[in-house]
Amino acid sequence: MKKLLASFIRLFEPKEREERFQSSDSIVTEGPARRTILQYLAGAMSGVFAFLYIPKLFVKDLLNQHSTGKVQLPKWGMVIDLDKCTTCGGCVVSCRAENNVPIAGADQADKARMIFWMDILVEQEGEYPDIKMRGMPTPCNHCENAPCVKVCPVGATYISEEGIVAQIWARCIGCRYCTTACPYTRRYFNWEAPQWSEEYKNQLNPDVATRPKGVVEKCTFCHHRIRKIREQAKIEGQALTDENFRYLPACAQACPAKAITFGDLNNPNSEVSRLKKSPRAFHLQEELGTNPKVTYLRSAKWKE
Amino acid sequence: MERVADTMSERVYTPIRRSGWKFYLASIILLGIVGWGVYAYILQINYGLGITGMNRPLYWGIYMANFVFFIGISHAGTLISAILRVTQAEWRRPITRCAEVITVLALMFGAASVIIDLGRPDRVMNVLKHGRLQSPILWDVCCISVYLTGSIIYLYLPLIPDLAILRDKGIGHTWLYKILALGYRGTEKQKKHLESMIGIMAVLIIPIAISVHTVVSYIFATTLQPAWHSTVFGPYFVVGAIFSGIAGLMIAMAVIRRSLGLQGVLKNIHFNNLGLLLLAMNCIMIYFTFNIYLVEITGNEPSIMSVVMQKVSGEYFILFWGMIIFGFIVPAIILAFPKGRSVAGCVTASVLILVGMWLERFLIIVPTLTRTRLPWPEGFYYPTWIEWSITAGCIAAFIFLYILFAKFFPIVSVWEVKEGRELAIPHVTERVKEYMPEGLSELDH
Repeated sequence: MKKLLASFIRLFEPKEREERFQSSDSIVTEGPARRTILQYLAGAMSGVFAFLYIPKLFVKDLLNQHSTGKVQLPKWGMVIDLDKCTTCGGCVVSCRAENNVPIAGADQADKARMIFWMDILVEQEGEYPDIKMRGMPTPCNHCENAPCVKVCPVGATYISEEGIVAQIWARCIGCRYCTTACPYTRRYFNWEAPQWSEEYKNQLNPDVATRPKGVVEKCTFCHHRIRKIREQAKIEGQALTDENFRYLPACAQACPAKAITFGDLNNPNSEVSRLKKSPRAFHLQEELGTNPKVTYLRSAKWKE
Repeated sequence: MERVADTMSERVYTPIRRSGWKFYLASIILLGIVGWGVYAYILQINYGLGITGMNRPLYWGIYMANFVFFIGISHAGTLISAILRVTQAEWRRPITRCAEVITVLALMFGAASVIIDLGRPDRVMNVLKHGRLQSPILWDVCCISVYLTGSIIYLYLPLIPDLAILRDKGIGHTWLYKILALGYRGTEKQKKHLESMIGIMAVLIIPIAISVHTVVSYIFATTLQPAWHSTVFGPYFVVGAIFSGIAGLMIAMAVIRRSLGLQGVLKNIHFNNLGLLLLAMNCIMIYFTFNIYLVEITGNEPSIMSVVMQKVSGEYFILFWGMIIFGFIVPAIILAFPKGRSVAGCVTASVLILVGMWLERFLIIVPTLTRTRLPWPEGFYYPTWIEWSITAGCIAAFIFLYILFAKFFPIVSVWEVKEGRELAIPHVTERVKEYMPEGLSELDH
């Protein structure tokens, strides 16, 4: 070992320069041995680089071309009628149960670490006891031009072909750039390992994966329910209509006032497409140009 | 004259030859702090980022501020030494090396700060595996790795003749110098090649350095968040980086000068000249800051105004006005007077500037996140001891590695200073002669 090291060091000892380089202007002035090492190193590095990147570039392009089929895929959207909403919170609770959203606990809640895929944005007016409060259910807006998708360094968040802004939590590195970039603050980070009470653990939904600590999670428009209903329809040989999807997500299903409607925005005859044309329709922070797929309806102003 | 040179190189070689009790004491203290920081980081890995003070919507805290700060400090070295080399400023010779070391080390800790900030540091290689060039973070990964590689090369090239001297004199770890000197013997041709390589790197490194901090600013500027979405952020960050970088450099120079007794090499004139450069950057910083706040306040956009008010008169007003007064205005006053540009004055101004610039980074990141666009309950942020410990650990590790560098390599470029003493006066005389008007004698009469 020592001998090997010594011979390695000897490679770098100054030598009388070889005469054959005299006429050329080459930068390499020493013997050929070191040059070979450097060449091998450079070759190996570029090889690794090529191995990692070049196939990926081409394969990705091929896949993208392949996926532009002729069938028009649905584009999922949601309409929330604030005139019907009673701010009961049924959507919040059902969403938690459906999607295995971890429970933060009192300590963490004090530190603003709660996770709500569906949340109610509350605005309060006046002083106690003369208080006026309004609520607004806020799931992820699944923006067409999503600020979160643009900034993800690893492609852990992306817009699916059906318009859902999805999160791959097995890939997420937890840099929290997407949570910071989202102008609606609709993305949540797992500050600690997810926790449930013992009773709750028995009720976890087997259709939805639980998330590890250190990754970002968010509303998925209950895409597992969409998949499930499609599989079922395939087995039963039935065609799916707008009716089947209208109250499909957990929040829409639980809403007693039927204020939340879900459906295909690409289908002009669907309920969501019809409601979206309503003069009562608006989007959150439309001025940002994010183009949300969650539409709100209200006849009066939000700030009455 | 020759004797002075010998004592200078001898003094530079002192830490390489032997380690005094001061070195051991400093190492024990610094490594203690590093160990504490490592302990805090292990806790953070075990419990997750919940152990920090971050929350929703305050997803980024002082780790991101450290990231921007360290990357800023890194602009001290390579950029300044490259600019001074390209402009043939002869007074650069004794300060280039200690500046370039700052760059390499600060960049490493800048990159480390981001990894510390990750929720899943175990998946950091996903950035290479699944990297998307659309994301500003990937631009950062590219720019910082190019800059790190470039500045290591740029630190290494001028080090080669010094390593050859050490190898030939048989000082210190000769086996290491034997490898790293690459058989340099100082022949005419080798010298010519070395100088042309240094020249190429000096020119290349300037755009790379500027791109790095511009891209760091893009992390913030490309989002829609109030007070981040600004076109001025690129140049503002670059100037701030050079500003804090020079301040960091001057502190390092003062420490080296004192501890190695190099008063005759790192002279008052060096501090004076760098002080003037720092003053220029200070003025640009004040100008940019004024611009930003004037435009934001006159625009009076509600989302932006709530962030501005948060800084000017809200929760962060002490930090904000502290930064403006002690980080920008007081240093400018100190540096504006020739007497203030003494060593003591420069170091005072530099310390104020470093603290002020860290606050500036903090105040860019945190107040914006406490006031997000939706009327969400307002955010709050109090860093925990974990975050402070890791920050202290990073700074201590940075200082320790800097000292360690001086233990292995000459912290002042001996050959360049020697060359300067032999060649600078004839070269500069030659150059100045070129500026003189010619063929105008008729006009005078």
